[in-house]
Formats: sequence, structure tokens, C-alpha cells
Amino acid sequence: MSLKRIDLLICCGSGCVSAGAMKIKERFHEVLQEKNLANEINIIETGCMGPCDYGPVMVIYPEGIFYKKVTEDDVEEIVNEHFIKGRPVTRLMLHNDEEQTFSTKKEVPFYQKQVKVALANCGFIDPDSIDEYIATSGYEALGTVLTTMTPQDVIHVIRKSGLRGRGGGGFPTHIKWQMVHDNVADEKYVICNGDEGDPGAFMDRSLLEGDPHRILEGMMIAAYAIGATAGFFYIRAEYPLAIKRIRHAIAQAKEMGLMGDNVFGSKFCFDAEVRTGAGAFVCGEETALIHSIEGGRGNPSPKPPYPALQGLWGKPTIVNNVETFGNIPTIFLKGADWFASMGTETSKGTKVFALTGDIRNTGLVEVPMGITLRELIFDVGGGMTGGHKFKAVQLGGPSGGCLTVEHLDVHVDYESLKERGAMMGSGGVIVMNDKNCMVNIAKFFMDFCVDESCGKCSPCRIGLKQMLDILEKITNGNGKEGDIEELQRLGEAISKLSLCGLGQSAPNPVLSTIRYFREEYEAHIRDKSCGTKVCLDLMHFDIDKDRCIGCSLCARKCPVTCITGSREEKYTIHQLDCVKCGNCQDVCPVKAVNRIPGMHPEVLAKHTAEANLTSHHDD
Amino acid sequence: MKTLADLKKIREKAQEEMKLRGSSVRVKIVVGMGTSGIAMGAREVMKTFLEEISNRNLTDVLVTQTGEKGLSSMEPVVDVIEDGKPKVTYGNMNPDKVKKVVVEHIVNGRIVSDYVVATGN
Repeated sequence: MSLKRIDLLICCGSGCVSAGAMKIKERFHEVLQEKNLANEINIIETGCMGPCDYGPVMVIYPEGIFYKKVTEDDVEEIVNEHFIKGRPVTRLMLHNDEEQTFSTKKEVPFYQKQVKVALANCGFIDPDSIDEYIATSGYEALGTVLTTMTPQDVIHVIRKSGLRGRGGGGFPTHIKWQMVHDNVADEKYVICNGDEGDPGAFMDRSLLEGDPHRILEGMMIAAYAIGATAGFFYIRAEYPLAIKRIRHAIAQAKEMGLMGDNVFGSKFCFDAEVRTGAGAFVCGEETALIHSIEGGRGNPSPKPPYPALQGLWGKPTIVNNVETFGNIPTIFLKGADWFASMGTETSKGTKVFALTGDIRNTGLVEVPMGITLRELIFDVGGGMTGGHKFKAVQLGGPSGGCLTVEHLDVHVDYESLKERGAMMGSGGVIVMNDKNCMVNIAKFFMDFCVDESCGKCSPCRIGLKQMLDILEKITNGNGKEGDIEELQRLGEAISKLSLCGLGQSAPNPVLSTIRYFREEYEAHIRDKSCGTKVCLDLMHFDIDKDRCIGCSLCARKCPVTCITGSREEKYTIHQLDCVKCGNCQDVCPVKAVNRIPGMHPEVLAKHTAEANLTSHHDD
Repeated sequence: MKTLADLKKIREKAQEEMKLRGSSVRVKIVVGMGTSGIAMGAREVMKTFLEEISNRNLTDVLVTQTGEKGLSSMEPVVDVIEDGKPKVTYGNMNPDKVKKVVVEHIVNGRIVSDYVVATGN
């Protein structure tokens, strides 16, 4: 007999788990046991609820009360006050700057502009329970498709919905499927690309962790449409929880007869397995991914032939992104017209984004296509932290580009982003405030791409390294006139000549930052000055003599003893010896140590003299 | 599992398990669980509601709780809220009265006026 009266949903996405969600769950079990309430309250682990910044988060039904930043010590209070006496703990609710309290999940502004399709169940159901997925109409789409539609009908529905690949490129899904459908072969394969590798992106991981059955169902519908009998989930080994959950989902589906031979009494037979990747960024490229599954080295190969003709083991294959599969069951349940009613002319439906950076609500969001960047960053994302100003947003990770304040009203869709030098990418959104140096950001992404280049083609292997060298010179004060043009020349050549998407898109962060922040590059090169004081070689520390109280703390903490002075004369930094560790600034009790943009004149003079000397040697 | 009907059966059972998370709820029973309510036996009242509802397999009834309702002299106090109808508040509840309310009001739609202390908001 069930006496359950409360469903306690604890977010067990990776963000909340690292913030201590598991310990909190254990503590709840203990306290409920102690108070003899264990049979009245369901504790459910869910996938990512989205607002990772507030983790660990939880939602308590039936009221839908939302608690944030819960600690182990709060558990007893929640049980005593909320569960026993029915008084929700206001202290743990979300408040805004105006002291307004948002008690339920529905009220939280973070959720209000979101439309959840792929993420509908993420944070709402227990991902390890096939029953809970079925309760949300799970596997109904598959059943309907298998019993009432032909494969060609399925492709027609996808075509009508306007669904495009969510992995980055935005290739229309139905065209891929049609090509494989039309190819006659004894075997065909379907692959789910879960090799998400962009810094700051965690959409695929959260989907696989939070609602694995949805992805599985989407994959099976795709398999039926193209005539495949086997599927592979390619997931990087860094995502152990995602791998565990999807394996569990496959086992449950088999046990229930939703996967295997003659599903729903039809002729459709299907089996899926997980292949783990070793974490190489290039394996997100479909041909490299296929080679990796085959057991070979994860290197891309020239296209054509496209995988739709000759893919896995030479057989016709579709490779779709996790999120693409995540949309499919809902398209069949709610109809292609419903899906196509969201979004813009060319980009339909919704898109999942991972919001990160200097933004208040970092986390996982799903919004309709065509939303403006302003809404995404300031309404859903809650704006910038610490009262800083918005400077730029990097969309699409190392393959994408930076957009600026002037682009805030751009509608997010595949075409309009591409036009402006960024791209949808898989959905990583890194928001930056005015403390970020754009040259440094470009260098960071270039460094990533140089590391991740597989080395098969020379434009990417050699060219990217050349670009990185130039960026390093610019940021350490050795930039010279013509460097910007050289970067552009190299970037354009690499984009055109590289074998695969990695090399073709790797110059984008550099090219887009040059396009929108050229003056920052010029200041680095000509004035030897980093306006944001991020590039250590292009800034210096200085002690404000008027504020200095002569306490000598900075001098004592300086690791290279380059600060001298006395109580009367105050303290001075000897710039030539300074290693820019910043200790003096940290320890100063009166904040007399400042960061100043630009090389100190003494350092600059020495630097110029040395540069002249080496150039004479070169001659 | 061979047919969509089989799937539907599993779905209905699973939805029942998940009904706290807000699916179709016809009646909401709110038990006042403030200090005085608990002192007067509100926990027993709530437990009886849960048992009765589960015994009768009433899938569209939700039992939940709230804080002090301000009617300390009439604790335990229970609200029965139905869509489109004025709220009914019962006072001085005990497990026996609960059983009667479930049979009369929740199942048959007849308000047990003897126990009612207020109606409307």
C-alpha cells in the first residue's frame, strides 16, 4: 500500500553531483529513516535540471517547491519544517536582487522563456526507470511508427518538421535519412554521436544522463526509417555516468521487449551497443568517429564518399547528434506541424544550450530557435555577474566565433549566426565580461585546436601551430606589424584546405575576434598594452604612493624580493625583476597595488633593446 | 510487450506512481500541519487519508499539507479543494471522521456538513 505523499526530486546531473548531491541524498535517507517517514516520501534522482550554478538543486512535489544550494546541514530542517509541518524553507528558495522570492519551479525566471522538447523529462523523471519514461508517453512514438507508418512516411514527417542536425552543421536530418533509405544494402547502421568535446559544452552529456530512453527511442525510429538493424552510441569515456545510464536503458528496453526482434509485433529488429571514445575532439567528426568504432585510429577521411553511402564497415550509415535523436519522439507524438511552428523560417524547433562564463545562471537551457542573444543571455541567463559589463559571447566553441554587444539582437538560428562569423555549433555558449582579453581567448581556443588536431592533413597540423605561435608572440609583447594580416591569410587558407571540420573551422575564433576586436590586437602589437590586464607581459603592477601606508607586507610576501621601501618613503616595485605573481596586490591591506595596462617603460626599453639585438643577429 | 495496448497498461500504472508530480488531479486534500495541528493528531489524520485513498484506488486525489491555518481551536483542520467548486474546510478531524469524508465527499460528492467549519475562501 502506498502512503507516498511527497516526491523529492534531487538533481543528480554532474554539476550537482560534484556540488555534493549524492551526500545530500544519503542524508535524506538517514533522516527520513530516523523520523519514520521513509514510506511517505519518494526520493528520486533525476538528470540535470538546468540551473547548475545553484547546485545542488531539488524540486519537491506536489507543490513544486524549488530549493537551491542545499547542504547536508539543511536536510534536517527541510524534513522537520517542510515534510512534517508543511512549511517550506524560504531561506533555501531562490531570491532576486529585489528580495523577491520564487518558491516554485514554475515561478523561477530561469525557466520562463524556456521551451523544453528534448529536455522535457530531464530533471523530472528518474533516468534509471523505464516506467517513468513510459509514464511520460515514452515509446508511444516508436509503437505508432512501427505499427502504422512506412519508413518513407517517417522520413516525410521529419521533412515536414524541418528538423536539422543539432551537432553543429545544421544539415537537414531528412536528407541524410533519405539517402541511406534509398541505398540498397544488406546492412545499414545508425550511430549516435555523443562525442561532445567543446570546452564549456555539456548538452549531450546531460541528455544522455537525464533521459537516456528518449535518445534510444529516437535512434530506433531513425533505424526503422533507414532500414538499419544495429546502432552504436559513441560516447567519450570522460562521461562515465552517461555511458552507465545508456547501457542500463538498453538493458531495460531489451528486457521489456521494446528492443530486439519484432518490436511491437512488427518486422523491425534492432540492437544497440555503446562504444566509448578516448576523448579526442576530432572523433566528433563523423568519418573519424566511424574509424574509431571500427577499431582504427580516429582520423577523418575525405568526403565523398559520405557515410550515407559508405560508412561503418563500408555500409550506408547515418550519424546523428544526441539532441537530434532527442527531438524525434516528440515530433511524432505532437506532430511535425507543432514542431515547425516553433523557430524561424529556416531553423525549426528548439535548441539546447549550455550557458557558461561570467553569467548569473550558468546551466542547461532549451529555448525556441530565433530567440535573440539578449533574451538568452539576460533573461534566461540572468545577466552578468558582479555588475560587470557584457563584452562578447562565444558560440560554437573552438569551431565558432565571438559576437559582441552590437549583435545582442541577432536571432539565434543557423544562418544568421553563420553570416556574422559565429555558428550554432553543438550549443556551447560562453559569455564574457569586460575583464576578458579577446586575444587571449582566441589563443586559448587555438591552443585547444593545436592539441586536438589529428595531424593527418598539413594545413591543420602545421598551419594552426603557426597561428598559435603568432598569437603567443602578440600576447608576450613580440607582436609586429603585419601579424594580423598574416593570421587572416593563414586562417583563410586553413579553412579552405583542411580535410575535415576541425581544421576548416579552427581559425574561426581568431578570425571573428579580429573582425570585431581588431583594436585590441592592435593595442597588443603597437602599444604593447593589454587593456584588460590579462596578458601578463603587457601589464604591470604599481604601488600608489598616496595610499601606501608603508606596512611592508607586500615586500615581505614578494617571492623575488623586488619590492623595497620604508615606512617614510613608501614602497616601490622594481619592474625589471617583477614576475607578476600578484601576491602584493592580494596582501595589500589598503588596496594600494594596482594593475596598470601596458608594459612598464623600463621593461619596454629593455624589451626593445633585446628585440633589436636579436633582429641584428637574424640579419 | 507486443502491442500499443500493452504499453498503455504500463503507462497508466507508471503515471499513477508519478501522480504527485502533477498530472490530472480532481481533488486536493490539504491537511493543516502546524504545531497545534500536529499536537491534535494531524499526522494520524493525514495517514488515514493516504490509507483510505490508496485502499480505494482513487488515482485522481492528492493529499498534501500546509502550515498553521489559524483555527487552532478546531485542529486538525483539513481543506478539500475541487476544481471549479468552493473550498470546503473540515475541523476537529479524527481518523473515523476522515473515513466518512472520503466515502461521502471524495467518492460520492456529498459534503459532510456536520464537520464543516467553513466554505469558500
